[in-house]
Amino acid sequence: MQSNENAKVIAGGQSLMPMLNFRVVQPALLVDIGKLVELDYIKEVNDRIVIGALTRHTTVGSSQLIKDYIPVMHEALKYVAHLAIRNKGTIGGSLSHADPAAEYPMLSLLLDAEIYCESTKGERVIPASNFFAGSLSTALDDDEILTKISFPKLAQCTGWAFEEFAQRNGDFALAAVGVLLSKNSENKIQKVKLAAMGVGETALRLNEIEQLLISKPYSDDLCEAAAHSLSSILTPNTDLHASANYRLHLTGELLKKTLKLAWNMASVETSYE
Amino acid sequence: MSEIEKVTLWVVVNGVVHEGKVDPRLLLSDYLRIHLGLTGTHVGCEHGVCGSCTVLVDGASTRSCLMLAIQANGLEISTVESLGSPEKLNPLQKAFNEHHGLQCGFCTPGMLMTATEMLQKYPLKTDEEIRELLSGNLCRCTGYQGIVDAVRECAHKRDTGEISIQDISPRIEGSL
Repeated sequence: MQSNENAKVIAGGQSLMPMLNFRVVQPALLVDIGKLVELDYIKEVNDRIVIGALTRHTTVGSSQLIKDYIPVMHEALKYVAHLAIRNKGTIGGSLSHADPAAEYPMLSLLLDAEIYCESTKGERVIPASNFFAGSLSTALDDDEILTKISFPKLAQCTGWAFEEFAQRNGDFALAAVGVLLSKNSENKIQKVKLAAMGVGETALRLNEIEQLLISKPYSDDLCEAAAHSLSSILTPNTDLHASANYRLHLTGELLKKTLKLAWNMASVETSYE
Repeated sequence: MSEIEKVTLWVVVNGVVHEGKVDPRLLLSDYLRIHLGLTGTHVGCEHGVCGSCTVLVDGASTRSCLMLAIQANGLEISTVESLGSPEKLNPLQKAFNEHHGLQCGFCTPGMLMTATEMLQKYPLKTDEEIRELLSGNLCRCTGYQGIVDAVRECAHKRDTGEISIQDISPRIEGSL
């Protein structure tokens, strides 16, 4: 990769191979890292779960560690692609590919993941919030590969929800929303994290909406106001599958639904993060 | 553009070892069809959406159009030819036949290989689960109901012991 600037890394190939088949990308050199089995793992490290870059979607989706400690990821994985794609596709590949309508980029933002990258120059850690530069574009340097991703475990008191709308099970989302939420002893929203996908150039953390919700008591009106304010934050695309307005409407409905689910699940915070 | 050097491929397909030189750019689907003459694997969309080219790679359903042949080096591939023969269909193929689980037949090899993995690894207790797992395979004759019926019946027979996993697993050459 250092000797050839038109080199490309291939892992599961479930995003790159279609692009190669269509000649959308034409690398001079393809570096297959698919058999680096040492990057295929899910580990518990204190209060975090660390996933190797070459861990397949099937493995993450069926992992008991993920189900126990990051249940929102377990839920979201149900929406990731189809059986044969899940058997091959990897978490590192999905993040490096950075499709704005894919689940892993959104989950990494929602969960404030740390993304580990390596080159011959050494290792660096990129917070998910700095990782996605645009549609199919990341902060990875040309000579770097993603090696692992570290996620914080969810606190027991955290309410969570993930909802997605796609035209067919497993297809790319028209819109999806993920929520993490905790409540305080005054029955108000103590902490909230919100992320959306399919409605921008990258997956997005909805910081403005988080600010609007924090320290307020949950109510349908509050959720309605949050959904209403999406139109000033999001600028989704119109394409063959959905208009911008429809995507915006879907995101609002998913936002209200997920907030309600997460609120009802959350218990009073003892320690969050 | 400079000449690309061929690479050595060693692969087991339906129990038979194949070794040879291939272009590094060659897709697994083209290797199976053109180099080995195993034309049961159908190529539809060539970008992983339709599922027609699904084969098993080390037992896991895989799009052969989204994998380079050289990536299969050292691995075991099963294609639809490893199921029954026209004279002796395997129980899954028989169920497709009986439930009218195919019309034009183009999607059938992919459906059969996906269903083979499903029957080996998943409980398949509900139609919802069967439909979800089959959702990566498109049938443009819209014969889904028959396909779901066929898979459901096989899963039921598997659970009652009427057929064994062996009966619905890929067979190696000459074992029929």
